[in-house]
Amino acid sequence: MSKPSVALFDYGSGNLRSAFRALERAGAEVELTSDLDAARRADGLFVPGVGAFAACMAGVVKHGLDTVIRERVAADAPVLGVCVGAQVLFTEGVEHGIETEGVGVFEGRVELLAAQRVPHMGWNTVAVDEGMRLFAGIDPEERFYFVHSYAAKATPPGALAAVCTHDEPFIAAVERGSAAATQFHPEKSGDAGYALLSNWIKDLAA
Amino acid sequence: MTVAVRVIPCLDVDAGRVVKGVNFENLRDAGDPVALAAAYDAAGADELTFLDVSASSGDRATMYDVVARTAEQVFIPLTVGGGVRTPEDVDRLLRAGADKVGINTAAISRPEVISEIAERFGNQVLVLSADVASGRDTDSGWEVTTHGGQKRSTGLDAVEWCARAAELGAGEILLNSIDSDGMKQGFDLKLIAAVRAAVDIPLIASGGAGKAADFPPAVAAGADAVLAASIFHFGDVSIGEVKQELKNAGHPVR
Repeated sequence: MSKPSVALFDYGSGNLRSAFRALERAGAEVELTSDLDAARRADGLFVPGVGAFAACMAGVVKHGLDTVIRERVAADAPVLGVCVGAQVLFTEGVEHGIETEGVGVFEGRVELLAAQRVPHMGWNTVAVDEGMRLFAGIDPEERFYFVHSYAAKATPPGALAAVCTHDEPFIAAVERGSAAATQFHPEKSGDAGYALLSNWIKDLAA
Repeated sequence: MTVAVRVIPCLDVDAGRVVKGVNFENLRDAGDPVALAAAYDAAGADELTFLDVSASSGDRATMYDVVARTAEQVFIPLTVGGGVRTPEDVDRLLRAGADKVGINTAAISRPEVISEIAERFGNQVLVLSADVASGRDTDSGWEVTTHGGQKRSTGLDAVEWCARAAELGAGEILLNSIDSDGMKQGFDLKLIAAVRAAVDIPLIASGGAGKAADFPPAVAAGADAVLAASIFHFGDVSIGEVKQELKNAGHPVR
């Protein structure tokens, strides 16, 4: 059986090397690409992202990736967004009072964390809704690596979510149908992240 | 559900090799940064820091290769500091596979570079590294110095400098006590508390750890993360022992 293919979309954002290798290690045939057809064709689409919501969203739109993400979700084809790549899947993001429209796969608003210590940086635990495929078989005590100042605060309707608390609760991961997103970095979360990526990739093959 | 205290080993890298001595059992080549990074990952390190101490540009180019090879094999966050001057330097390191970049002397000579980097890559990538010495003529009694152990004076109040760097967009502060560094008498707790009172961004304490019991007081004083070099490299204390000590003191660890 051939490995499931994953398109790791490069729209000019951050460290993609770790994501590439982590996906490969978790069992995928990975293609680093800025090509929309490659993003359409792959069994899974991985949307990375670091930095500011507005800058990331501008990169996504400039490459036409927003359209392909919506097409894929409508066609029940898997998409996984990570960190700001997760945030841009929501309806909108607010930074320094400026609202930026997101891809709109998940209903909700990404806002500044109301916490004493921001950025939220380091390894934290999450409370996972029963039945989340991303977390199948993962010990509830496991920690994942977060580095962010903004987050979505409410679970989108009909979605399952993992909630992390950093002074206030926020959405650490969410999944609904073929769309999934993690605020933390599974590619930087050691064995726990490996297990989560393996779950996602196993699902692509199913 | 509280973020864990991060325990971070720091490796000095020159011309693609770890220098200042690392003595790891069961490693055939203790000078290879990639092998050491993997060993620390296996030992439970929460992050890794490479300090690029290269003198020549050729050696700096080698550093990108080291970062790339590490990012391909080690799946925990990697910070790289040393010789970072411009947003372009940051871009190259991130593309090579670094997750965060430390900046020190360049930010002192031109503080705006902090904002330039934060605006382009987000403040989470930027670690302001401050080498601090006491007994200087500043309001707080601590001064930022440059050039590591040479304690070259800058006239900058260390506490004010950390607060300013946070305002300019640094995502984290690596606070290194030059007075305590290498003394193995514990962290400079007063310094940690003074900087903690002045900034809300995460704070990494560095300099002075000699034994596992030295770590919990640094966290109690306000550090979110603890960094050490030689005591880990020479096996005086293991990552696991530090975490156990932190846990015993009631601090969350991974």
